[in-house]
Amino acid sequence: MCLGIPGEVVELHPEQPDLAKVNVSGVKRLINIGLLADDPPKPGEWVLIHVGFALSKIDEAEAAAAMAFLEGIGQAYEDEIKALQESLIE
Amino acid sequence: MRFVDEFRDADQARALAAKIAALCEPGRQYKLMEVCGGHTHTIYKHGLEDYLPESITLVHGPGCPVCVIPMGRVDDAMHLAARPDVIMTSFGDMMRVPGSSGSFFDAKAAGTDIRMVYSPLDSLKIARQNPDRQVVFMAIGFETTAPSTAMTMLRAAAEGLTNFSVFCNHVTIVPAIKAILDSPDLRLDGFIGPGHVSTVIGCRPYEFIARDYAKPVVVAGFEPLDILQSIYMLMLQLADGRAEIENQYSRVVPWNGNTVALRAIGETMELRPYFEWRGLGFISHSALRVRDKYAAMDAERLFSVPGVRVADPKACQCGEVLKGVLKPWECKVFGTACTPETPIGTCMVSPEGACAAYYNFGRVERHRVAEAVPAGSAGSAGNS
Repeated sequence: MCLGIPGEVVELHPEQPDLAKVNVSGVKRLINIGLLADDPPKPGEWVLIHVGFALSKIDEAEAAAAMAFLEGIGQAYEDEIKALQESLIE
Repeated sequence: MRFVDEFRDADQARALAAKIAALCEPGRQYKLMEVCGGHTHTIYKHGLEDYLPESITLVHGPGCPVCVIPMGRVDDAMHLAARPDVIMTSFGDMMRVPGSSGSFFDAKAAGTDIRMVYSPLDSLKIARQNPDRQVVFMAIGFETTAPSTAMTMLRAAAEGLTNFSVFCNHVTIVPAIKAILDSPDLRLDGFIGPGHVSTVIGCRPYEFIARDYAKPVVVAGFEPLDILQSIYMLMLQLADGRAEIENQYSRVVPWNGNTVALRAIGETMELRPYFEWRGLGFISHSALRVRDKYAAMDAERLFSVPGVRVADPKACQCGEVLKGVLKPWECKVFGTACTPETPIGTCMVSPEGACAAYYNFGRVERHRVAEAVPAGSAGSAGNS
């Protein structure tokens, strides 16, 4: 739950400005970017996602390092990705 | 030295370890607390303690969201979930946390409508799909997850949803740190500060630790090198006789935190006068409740909950583990009666719990090194 998962913003939601589609390890899901309203991420930028919300912007190198770390921790990360896949955010 | 799990920067880690060892004063013992359960996970996973000299002890702190939820709150949530008009929704981590009559998983297996969600926004969607039922979100976590709950409440209000509510169990990290600092059980030399919580609250809330308690804090990232680097920064401060707040994780954590998140929390929630933490007892102003303005989304006001304080099982020493007084393997039931499959205490439930992390990485054969107080004499920290 407290894992921050890096995702690349793919596109912003055309009608809801606080939603964006992100790519996390090949899984594309909608997340909320409202917490970054002061400096909204653009497509191609990376964010750290917590329970469906982008909490901070990160650069690509940090995203790669965070992903390598998460993949190394095993089950907890797999559970988080599985939960993200089943997410219903809209 | 034993390297449990070599990681990609092991050479750099050894170099940092040598610099850390060089800073140790002969004859002095150092106790550093990593507040965050995510850090505990990294430390065990990579066997970071084995990189450190014996004079440095890492003490595991209370920063595991499900670990600190007391039995009574689980029972209250079960009471809400049992109502036929309610759909209870919860993060997966919370599902196995035992209350006095089983966990969410047990209740779900027995037919109670409890659904696992990834995000509070998923609960919102369930509410939209079930207008004739009340959808309650079991809100848990520190400042990392509180903004998500707050933003979801604001969204529900904007949509005019009337069947979504929150059973608010959000806690705040700073009062817990203060309770530990005030506890006579443990003398710490410094803190490895939480990474993601600090993304929200920034570094300023820790300033009292340096100012009033003369202890250094280094906010740290989650990779093994981040943690070793932070320990090095703490040891440098201790060697220089400094007590400052430093940010090792500045590539993610802004000094002032996330102001949008703080505003959202402030709009929807306020501090409770006190809240019970598992193992730490009642701590003043340490948790959040729903503000009056959003009373219609407060499950505690919409439905009555028993609100009964329930003592932890006698055998469980999660309290001592959460305060850092005991190491997981020093608990009487660790790995025997209490395992991740059949947890007695919360520290064995979550992957961020010290006991589960320790159990999962097979590091069970250790000798007692911490200065532990006898079992049962703890639990007084921060009582108010």
